[in-house]
Amino acid sequence: MFKLNKETAVGLFVLVGLIAITYMSIKLGNVQLFTDRYYSVHANFSDISGLKINAPVQMYGVDIGYVKTISLDQDKGMASVTMMIDRQVRLTDDAIVGVKTSGLIGDKFLKIAPGGLGDPIEDGGSIFDTNPAIDLEDLISKFAFGKV
Amino acid sequence: MAEKAQGGVFFLALPGRAFGRVLSELGGTFLFFLQAVALMFAGWGQFAKTVRQVYFIGVQSVTVIALIGLFTGMVMGMQLYYALSVFGADGFLGTGVALSMVRELAPVLTAIMLTGRAGSAMTAEIGVMRISEQIDALTIMDINPMRYLVAPKMAACLISFPILTAFFNLIALWGGWLTGVKLLGANEGVYWSRVQGSLDWSDIEGGFIKSLVFAVLVCTICCFEGYNTHTRSGHAGPEGVSQSTTSAVVKSCVVVLAADYILTSLLW
Repeated sequence: MFKLNKETAVGLFVLVGLIAITYMSIKLGNVQLFTDRYYSVHANFSDISGLKINAPVQMYGVDIGYVKTISLDQDKGMASVTMMIDRQVRLTDDAIVGVKTSGLIGDKFLKIAPGGLGDPIEDGGSIFDTNPAIDLEDLISKFAFGKV
Repeated sequence: MAEKAQGGVFFLALPGRAFGRVLSELGGTFLFFLQAVALMFAGWGQFAKTVRQVYFIGVQSVTVIALIGLFTGMVMGMQLYYALSVFGADGFLGTGVALSMVRELAPVLTAIMLTGRAGSAMTAEIGVMRISEQIDALTIMDINPMRYLVAPKMAACLISFPILTAFFNLIALWGGWLTGVKLLGANEGVYWSRVQGSLDWSDIEGGFIKSLVFAVLVCTICCFEGYNTHTRSGHAGPEGVSQSTTSAVVKSCVVVLAADYILTSLLW
């Protein structure tokens, strides 16, 4: 009968341990080993309150990418967002991207409404038509003071 | 002029003898740690000894870590489900279980379990060797007892702690799923996607940094207590070893929890 000796047991322990650590790091830690699966697309928003880096980008409710960077473009007076979009998803430059809210707690994500007639967007291209985040307080105050 | 005799450091004697003892023990522990780390790679003979220690500290602890992980995860799944479903937010069960496990509970509970299982045994083993003068015998045979006894244990701790923490994490996440989803009926897809979505690389990295720091702390304190059991005042022989073992376990647990607080505030 096969008897597990100490050295084999330790080897097995370390091997399984390394697999567990790798699994945790890559699968649970969302480490992107193969970033060439994605191409980058820029968009400028007038307001992105609550949007976080790594927030999902969706089309028809399907995740197609994530938010890579968020920065401030003071010359234009806009918030500049870089998205990483799955290479399998084709976008055209007449697409519209908006900041939406999911759930009661209000996690923000980006929703792309695809165009159809525009030119395809290459890596590093831009979407020009954007909808800013809806500010609930703003809406309520407009309603309360009768500016609707 | 006793102060003069000690040179420039006479101000250290001002708070009293007890403070001086604490200080010298602190310094001794630190030097002990440095020596152990320096000797970890001293020659090929270390490898075989480290493998034996990994077997004792790591392999033989898998069962107990798996059990603790499973029940911690199950309790967490149950408690969080009850707390969150009051607000209709049971979708966040996965987030709660994943973050509390990976950041805090897995490294800390693993370290405390290993203190009880392996740390106490290390203190007792080295302590008995000390009082039966086997350590002196090693020195006489020109075998560095630090290299022979302590360094392989340190290496084995540094290997075993992160691996066991990873096991703990995965089993606890599964335990949370068991109670939260299977028993109480939270949404399965939401649970796993929240687990995955809420964890960043920084959480997982932080958890492993914690487990490595705990490995160093537990191993250093437990080996140091055993190694210096003969200097313990008032208790000699077997009684001293038992006292050393007790104080090693207590000190390790306190230091692990204190270090956990400091690391948490530094890392996140």
